[in-house]
Amino acid sequence: MQHTLEIKDLHAAVETKEGRKEILKGVNLTVHSGETHAIMGPNGSGKSTLAYTLAGHPKYEVESGQALLDGEDLLKMKPDERAKAGLFLAMQYPVEVPGVSMTNFLRTAKTEVDGKAPAIRSWVKDLQGSMKKLRMDPKFAQRSVNEGFSGGEKKRAEVLQLELLKPKFAILDETDSGLDVDALRIVSEGVNRAKEDNDFGILMVTHYTRILRYIKPDIVHVFADGRFIKTGGPELADELEETGYDQYLPEGSDSESALA
Amino acid sequence: MAEKTTDSSASAAGTKQAADVEMSQYVADRERVNEDKIKQDDKIISEFGEYSYGWHDSDAAGEAAKKGISEEVVREISADKHEPQWMLDYRLAGYKAFLDKPMPDWGVDLKGFNAQDFKYYVKPLDKQAKSWDDLPPDIKNTYDRLGIPEAEKKRLVSGVAAQYESEVIYNSIREDLKAQGVIFLDTDAAVQQYPDLVKKYFTTVVPVDDNKFAGLNTAAWSGGSFVYVPKGVHVEIPLQAYFRINTPAMGQFERTLIIADEGSYVHYVEGCTAPIYSQDSLHAAVVEIVVEKNARVRYTTVQNWSNNVYNLVTQRAYVKEGGTMEWVDGNIGSKATMKYPACILAGPYAKAETMSIGFAGKGQYQDTGAKMIHLAPHTSSTIVAKSISKDAGRSAYRGLVKIVKGAEGAHSSVVCDALLVDDYSRSDTYPHVDVREDDVTMAHEATVSKVSEDQLFYLMSRGIEEKEAMGMIVRGFVEPISKLLPMEYALELNRLVELQMEGSVG
Repeated sequence: MQHTLEIKDLHAAVETKEGRKEILKGVNLTVHSGETHAIMGPNGSGKSTLAYTLAGHPKYEVESGQALLDGEDLLKMKPDERAKAGLFLAMQYPVEVPGVSMTNFLRTAKTEVDGKAPAIRSWVKDLQGSMKKLRMDPKFAQRSVNEGFSGGEKKRAEVLQLELLKPKFAILDETDSGLDVDALRIVSEGVNRAKEDNDFGILMVTHYTRILRYIKPDIVHVFADGRFIKTGGPELADELEETGYDQYLPEGSDSESALA
Repeated sequence: MAEKTTDSSASAAGTKQAADVEMSQYVADRERVNEDKIKQDDKIISEFGEYSYGWHDSDAAGEAAKKGISEEVVREISADKHEPQWMLDYRLAGYKAFLDKPMPDWGVDLKGFNAQDFKYYVKPLDKQAKSWDDLPPDIKNTYDRLGIPEAEKKRLVSGVAAQYESEVIYNSIREDLKAQGVIFLDTDAAVQQYPDLVKKYFTTVVPVDDNKFAGLNTAAWSGGSFVYVPKGVHVEIPLQAYFRINTPAMGQFERTLIIADEGSYVHYVEGCTAPIYSQDSLHAAVVEIVVEKNARVRYTTVQNWSNNVYNLVTQRAYVKEGGTMEWVDGNIGSKATMKYPACILAGPYAKAETMSIGFAGKGQYQDTGAKMIHLAPHTSSTIVAKSISKDAGRSAYRGLVKIVKGAEGAHSSVVCDALLVDDYSRSDTYPHVDVREDDVTMAHEATVSKVSEDQLFYLMSRGIEEKEAMGMIVRGFVEPISKLLPMEYALELNRLVELQMEGSVG
């Protein structure tokens, strides 16, 4: 089934010590099922803010605009309702929840997202299968959510959730950061497998082109200063590889200046 | 952070298959447990309200009892129990210590506390019941609602002691344990039936004049459990005691004495509840435990007094060579609790552990902790203290680790974790350390955390509702303690924590 995610003129701000700061300054984007969009941009351009705003992190305040998933405005929903509507955010820094086992967490999440508890037999099979394909140690399931996980383990756990929760749209926030080549390959293969099975749309937020070798984008966007400023095909990524982000930055700033 | 390789493909195919089998079994087991737990939780939650033990029975004995303590009252209690002179002497010495000792000026606020406000001796029945059916209907009904006879019938416990007001009204122990020489009866009966044993140990662990409230308990004690486990006997299933206050302004002063002889094991579990009244009640117990050579005792408390009960308890264990003492302490209820389970590690290689969880809600002050006194070489102690504070509740960890000169190779580890659910609550840590020996290892760790926005967001972004997400975080926080509890108590603890958390999500 075809689904559509439409972001319309989205403005969002965050409270900082220096006062309120607008970070998203009119974002427009349409993603359909099966499409992979790469969102590339310099540090501090607001691309992670876009990811968290769509998922509903309370730190970010929406000032105006819409994010319609099949016509329903995600921005009016609580984070759990957005997940139930079919949105998934793989986080750059997944949070530790001590004392809550992965199995308990995954099963609770699956039950909530589906609106009913999964059949035990198939659930166990799915969980085992996905973990195996992500090269995750079976003992992983007994550990507390993200607690003491290495960077790579955290990312695999995010992709595991992506595979199991079967969203309509997945936002991958810097999923490639902190991974070595082998881990990057395993994680990327996981994303590709999940997409093959469920044909969801992907918004892949990344600073580097490295992950694009494994997860092929259909469309590449350049995000700078709170909005999309250029859109193209995969070749745009190659161009960025060559030239960097300097040309998209305002005069006098360098690509490593981080706002957030 | 370095990428840890968890790739199992490099290992032999056999290992891999074994791992798969292990995984599938593990997952299947967990699923079953989860399923059961969810069902049970739902059932329990649907059955109970806010403080679920707030009812009270009809109350002729309580109404007739008079308030206040004096030497005359102490003598009357002793006479009513037909006690030998030596016990009366202890009581009188206790009363003197109570008068002489100062009121603690630290810890919880005791300004509103007046010892003359309480009833010291309420005898609900003339004699102990032989069976639950012998009890007056409303008292039996109370225990049915608490699920005690049911647990006994299902053999979830090896023995049951039910204390109602001042008296143990029902006490049973499995026949096979009795045949092995295990003694489990109320302390009053033990004074009559085993005077030599009681005399040998009474006040040897908690002296008469240990503190004001230990003195008061020694003066006015009634009920409590006496447990003796003979050499080498393992009581595999817990002995369970249930303490219930029914009448308003009641003072409950049970006295418990547990002796685990060489190489034996016993787990004693106590639960406590009371009705909600506008007048305060007082629970001032003394628990003395003697752990003989290579014996092991675990003492578990799930205290859920209503918020009008002062809970001022002295608990201490004397641990001999190679012995192990474990205190598992859940303090959820009460108006104010002061309680610091202590272990005296008297013999080489003696070991002790205190795992505690305190919950301080509106109007509550939980001042709890642990004391570990290392007197011998190679003794080790572990303290894990967790607290949750919400709605301006206040919790404190107050602990003492003392290692004397000559206790070489002693080891101590203290971990205090406090979780604050809102901005109005308070948590304090008062760790006292007194080490007189060089050759020791010590570790201390204390954290205070808030339920973070990021944790809530993470769980919610996976479809989990805010309330459930908060519940998961808090359950996860108490999990290291709750997993030590017998299952029904673990469920109880989780449920209580969840009920207490209700309304805490803005």
